[in-house]
Amino acid sequence: MSRQLRLALAMVCTIAAPAWAETAPTDVVFDDGAVPQSLTGTPGDADEGVRVMTTNALGNCVACHMIGALPDVEFQGNIAPPLDGAGDRWSEAELRGIVVDAKMMFPDSFMPGFYKTEGFIRPGDAYTGRASEGAPPPVLTAQQVEDVVAYLTTLKD
Amino acid sequence: MRSLCLTIAAGLIAAAPALADPVDDDLVVEGDDGPVQITTSAPAPDFLSDRMGTIYSGWLYREDETRDLQRDDFDNPGLLFAERGRDRWNAEMGTNGESCASCHEDPDSLTGLKAQLPRVDAQTGKLMILEDYVNACVTERMGLEPWGMTGNEMKDMLALISLQSRGMPVNVAIDGPAAPFWEQGQEMYYTRFGQLEMACANCHEDNQGLMIRADHLSQGQVNGFPTYRLKDAGLVTAQQRFVGCVRDTRAETFRPGSDEFKALELYVTSRGNGLSVEGVSVRH
Ligand code: HEC
Ligand code: HEC
Ligand code: HEC
Repeated sequence: MSRQLRLALAMVCTIAAPAWAETAPTDVVFDDGAVPQSLTGTPGDADEGVRVMTTNALGNCVACHMIGALPDVEFQGNIAPPLDGAGDRWSEAELRGIVVDAKMMFPDSFMPGFYKTEGFIRPGDAYTGRASEGAPPPVLTAQQVEDVVAYLTTLKD
Repeated sequence: MRSLCLTIAAGLIAAAPALADPVDDDLVVEGDDGPVQITTSAPAPDFLSDRMGTIYSGWLYREDETRDLQRDDFDNPGLLFAERGRDRWNAEMGTNGESCASCHEDPDSLTGLKAQLPRVDAQTGKLMILEDYVNACVTERMGLEPWGMTGNEMKDMLALISLQSRGMPVNVAIDGPAAPFWEQGQEMYYTRFGQLEMACANCHEDNQGLMIRADHLSQGQVNGFPTYRLKDAGLVTAQQRFVGCVRDTRAETFRPGSDEFKALELYVTSRGNGLSVEGVSVRH
């Protein structure tokens, strides 16, 4: 889709849906690695955030991060810093930025971008091994990102 | 603020106990012809010396029960496939009734071959993996359709032939005619493929020894291949393993036997120069 068309559609959507238009992955605005503006305008649901973070096919954050606050989740990885206290260390905007595209905060990070659709080498169609047709959809939806951020902000020491 | 956080985060990583380094263990395999000593750790080859001091077989990263299965051929399910390979070796399947045995006699005539592959074939100038050599004979010398790169005939034969080099040090050439292929493989090893933007090196170099979910990350060596994988209850070739690892980055993979994956196999094999050929190993 051309940028103009997307913008035009975005404007139509803004007019049609007075509340908020979901921000497309390619339109997210970063400020020093952080994303101050909600992607959806709808507050995240922290419980749903936990589900996203611990489900293999979704965020699977626990593949790399331990979360002491979720002792029932089996097989938490230890590649990345534990997320306990993340809500103290980072603002909501910073957490959103990290989840959307961690490489904006930590250059060359091992952490994947979860709301990102461009700039990949041989992007696949999810985990099929086949090529994706056009740009792949983001790993998480805008609302799922908001749900994850909502949970992360509760992780205070 | 950010640098403070990173310092704290780094401190947390450093403070975490190294739960999951390779174990300290020795591998001596009880085979038909007596015990075979397997070298499972060795000094890293020169080209890796600024990245790691020691290379380790994937065997050292597996759990006790999995490791034990490889200590005795009687317990190693991979040997059944090698036995099936021996039957195929002796079968008169060529268009003129040839068997592998009619030209090569005993499989032990191929002793040492696996330790040198992949290599650039002197005659054709092509980079060859063991599968290519087998298929050259299957098609050109026996008049058959090529075997599938990851089909059962091929895997059984790889198991049988690899076993003839068990215990010998991996020693693939990376210079001379191999150099451009090796460079290509190295480049791939550090390329961050797929929507998850992960390179082989991210998992098997930067994070070896750590846990990614339930998986204990090894150095991703191929000296053990083909391997009997418990999860799949079957043999897995190096080419197949590459497919799996690239697919897991949400990438479009390369085909088994493609030029790209052959170059990658040369490079990855060379990272294990000095470890023993283990094929057929047992992995999780
Ligand atoms: C493949 C590994 C991997 C996955 C999966 C992953 N992360 Fe990370 N994450 C990292 C690494 C490594 C860092 C450390 C920063 C860096 O790259 O230097 C990090 C850093 C972070 C931080 C900042 C750490 C702190 O407290 O200072 C947060 C927050 C975070 N990740 C959240 C998440 C969430 C939420 C998910 C899932 C939606 C996730 N991560 C998935 C690897 C990962
Ligand atoms: C997202 C992480 C990840 C990436 C990226 C990755 N792998 Fe792996 N790989 C694994 C895991 C997990 C295993 C199983 C545990 C182990 O042996 O490390 C594995 C196993 C292997 C093995 C089997 C080792 C053995 O002894 O049985 C090989 C070989 C391998 N990988 C090669 C590669 C290559 C080559 C690449 C790049 C094309 C790659 N891997 C990319 C996670 C990864
Ligand atoms: C008609 C004879 C013939 C038959 C049948 C035959 N081969 Fe060969 N094979 C050869 C010749 C000739 C070579 C090349 C000789 C050389 O360079 O050592 C060769 C080379 C090889 C090589 C590479 C050896 C090396 O050291 O470079 C392998 C592996 C191999 N054959 C496997 C097999 C297998 C497996 C079968 C049966 C499926 C088979 N061959 C059937 C004649 C045969």
